[in-house]
Amino acid sequence: MTDAPNFGPGTDAVPNRPKTSLIAEDARTKGRNAAEKRFRFYGMAAIAVGLFFLVVLAVSIVRSGIPAFTQTVVNVEFTMTEADIETAEGMLFKTKMYAQFLNTALTDQMNAKGLEVDVDEKAIQRILGKTGGIIREFYKGNPDQMGEPVAFELSASSRVDGYFKGRVTREGFVDSRFLKLSDLDLVDSLAQAGVIQQAFNWNFITGADTGVDNPGGAGIGASLVGSFFMMLVVLVLSLPIGVAASIYLEEFAPKNRFTDIIEVNISNLAAVPSIVFGILGLAVFIQFVHLPQSAPLVGGLVLTLMTLPTIIISTRASLKAVPPSIRDAALGVGASKMQAVFHHVLPLAAPGILTGTIIGLAQALGETAPLLLIGMVGFVARGYPQGFIEGFTDPNSAMPAQIYTWAARADVGFYEKAWGGIIVLLLFLLTMNIIAIILRRRFERRW
Amino acid sequence: MPLIWLAFIVLAVATLGYVMGWRRALSTVGGDARHLHSLPSYYGWNVFLKVVVPAFGLMIAWVLIQPLLIDRSVVQLIPETEVSEGSNIGLVMSEVRRTAQGITAAVAQGDMAPDMATDANADAAEVAQVLKDAGQIVTSDLSPAIVQGAQRYVELSSFGNLLMSIAVLAVGLLAMAWAVRESTPVFRARNVVEQGIKALLIAAASIAILTTIGIILSLVFNTIEFFRLYPAGDFFFLLEWAPSFSGRGGASSLGVLPLLWGTVYISIVALLVAVPIGLFSAIYLSEYASPRVRAIAKPLLEVLAGIPTIVYGLFALLTVGPLLVSVFGDGGLLGVSWQGGGRAVITAGLVMGIMLIPFVSSLSDDIINAVPQAMRDGSYGLGATQSETIKQVVLPAALPGIVGAILLAASRAIGETMIVVLGAGAAARLSLNPFEAMTTVTAKIVSQLTGDSDFASPEALVAFALGMTLFLLTLGLNVFALYIVRKYREQYD
Repeated sequence: MTDAPNFGPGTDAVPNRPKTSLIAEDARTKGRNAAEKRFRFYGMAAIAVGLFFLVVLAVSIVRSGIPAFTQTVVNVEFTMTEADIETAEGMLFKTKMYAQFLNTALTDQMNAKGLEVDVDEKAIQRILGKTGGIIREFYKGNPDQMGEPVAFELSASSRVDGYFKGRVTREGFVDSRFLKLSDLDLVDSLAQAGVIQQAFNWNFITGADTGVDNPGGAGIGASLVGSFFMMLVVLVLSLPIGVAASIYLEEFAPKNRFTDIIEVNISNLAAVPSIVFGILGLAVFIQFVHLPQSAPLVGGLVLTLMTLPTIIISTRASLKAVPPSIRDAALGVGASKMQAVFHHVLPLAAPGILTGTIIGLAQALGETAPLLLIGMVGFVARGYPQGFIEGFTDPNSAMPAQIYTWAARADVGFYEKAWGGIIVLLLFLLTMNIIAIILRRRFERRW
Repeated sequence: MPLIWLAFIVLAVATLGYVMGWRRALSTVGGDARHLHSLPSYYGWNVFLKVVVPAFGLMIAWVLIQPLLIDRSVVQLIPETEVSEGSNIGLVMSEVRRTAQGITAAVAQGDMAPDMATDANADAAEVAQVLKDAGQIVTSDLSPAIVQGAQRYVELSSFGNLLMSIAVLAVGLLAMAWAVRESTPVFRARNVVEQGIKALLIAAASIAILTTIGIILSLVFNTIEFFRLYPAGDFFFLLEWAPSFSGRGGASSLGVLPLLWGTVYISIVALLVAVPIGLFSAIYLSEYASPRVRAIAKPLLEVLAGIPTIVYGLFALLTVGPLLVSVFGDGGLLGVSWQGGGRAVITAGLVMGIMLIPFVSSLSDDIINAVPQAMRDGSYGLGATQSETIKQVVLPAALPGIVGAILLAASRAIGETMIVVLGAGAAARLSLNPFEAMTTVTAKIVSQLTGDSDFASPEALVAFALGMTLFLLTLGLNVFALYIVRKYREQYD
């Protein structure tokens, strides 16, 4: 016992060793405690930075995307009698005459509110575009409205729209043939009279893509339909194939080389970059099989191959979670192996499979890169498909590809649409994920 | 689309077969199912499967093979003079196919008389005019040979489709008759059906292999085709990327090195952002955070992984890029004019780093949690503080797993497309300046293959060689990462 060297206080066995005390912290302890605090702070800071990025992303999406859902419109109410229309139709420039009716109505409306303005024909054209055609089309389509007061809601040009949304400002404004500074004065007084208003932009939700010169009229509706048809293909193909593959691998596959190869393949496919699937789709489905380009069918096939590994992995996990006692019980009362799986294991694993499938679909819905290669970008979402079958084969875009198309265009007006499209896309993804979470919470059984 | 109707008819025949098989099996035993070998529905399923599988199999095979045969037959109609300089037979054939599609559509709309569509002596210009009037997209100068080829194409494919319908229906009906006939009490329907279903399950599982084979074949064949047109040495070692646009002539310089450098550089920037933040988040969440904080912060961080990459791309292009320019650009906050435009390595790298944070953090979190508590307790017992324990015991023990996670994140970064397409720029450069625009392998695959590419020029085919590079690179990284994780995981088990 006493052999141990005594390094207690007062001895000098270890030279230069500073004296320590429990009451007063020495420099070394202080340093160590400071290091501990610093390290803890780094961790908190890292999480804070991560969450900060999330907040910045969310704020910039919402702030830049909300304006896409509103639209600047001009409300004008006036009456055209049959005689008026006949005069207009008799003119050389028919639409010009219609436009003049609108302009007088606009001036009258302003005067009635006690605002004296000089409504210039050219200025109105710069603010509203060519209105005569719209009015003429309306009366051609609804001849019974002649002689009755009709309230027209005409959308303003994208520059005027930008003026209300802060994209176009008076500072540094340069007159162009699209808009002059004096027009903005007119717009201001129109706004004061309540003739120009902000209205909800239904066209953005239901409309189709427009050409590069008309960002105001572009809508995401047609590409939403394209996405819908693609998801239909993905669901119809990937769910049965994925479930069948998982059942084989989990329940029947013997441990041999073939099974090993499949397993390795699936885990590798899950990590292949999505653009490579696009190359596969281009080479196999378009180059080799000659399926139509830009068709949601091809997009759906490519996305099916991409989501299969995800669905297989999650389905296998939920099959594995069903306890073996269920299988044993079924086999014990005389079921065949196939019956045990299909009648007992599969129904019990269904909620988990469904959750995995929804998450896989959500992933596929947001995927863009492979769609670029099979030609779903550019001006393809021209309109709605004509029927159900055409929905699969007619050229169309998909939501993320449409957003990319808008982002790649030069006109700043399209950026707003792109952000708005992202809000629509994220709403869909959010809904799908919430459904998946609810399904999991409600039906998941723990044994 | 007659194909879909054919499929519906086959399904209807199969359903009818189900009912007939079921009825026949029951009627042979006088309605008493106990005398049958299997449950009656198995006899029905037996017929159903025997109709559907061969009929659909034949249909798919036919759809795949018919175009090849027709192509071969139509190619002989096209004289060699038709193939102009700088073009090839593949381009002419795609022209023929486009015209054939136009003719079919025009006839279906009623804009073209059916006899004009088949008349071999029809005037090419007239046919072209009718097609244009019908709103079909054709090139202005349709030569007679192309029109004839297209007519032959239309003729052959409509004949082929008719033949296919007949063949598929015949196979379906024959199979039905055969399967209904064998529905007798001694027939072991359940065993047969279960064997069949098992075969289908195996087929479904093999799709994973087929996909891989498809990827490899489509990459390999097109890459070989590319190296036939363009010297492989130039592709691997040339320090310049300057494709000339097809049709304008002039030689392209298609060196992969600038693209690889851009890819690696952007990935490094992304990892410099993601690894420290992700790793420290994982450490804090697994070692320090209270269960409440963990329950909130972990899912929130993982939201970052669920956001589609197009959103990050737009974020880079429209938010982060301009923001960085306002700091580092001309007249910016720092007074340095380093950054010329929003699209730059740092923009794409930063945003990609944000995307990878949850990837690094949740993988590392799992790995750190897997380190046994006994090791921590031992360290505390020796008087180490918590941070010293983490730095000197937990992290070294978790290191292989963390390296694996970082490699997986790197493979993600290399394969990422949308962020670099929108955020990194289009110019290929070999430069060290992170504020300059550079481009990556993925971005160039997109730009070389988007639009009307003819798949025959080296400028389009190079995308497949790039895809091959990318595939091998990410595959190598993944395999290496899994190898590291597997090799060192067993230490504590």
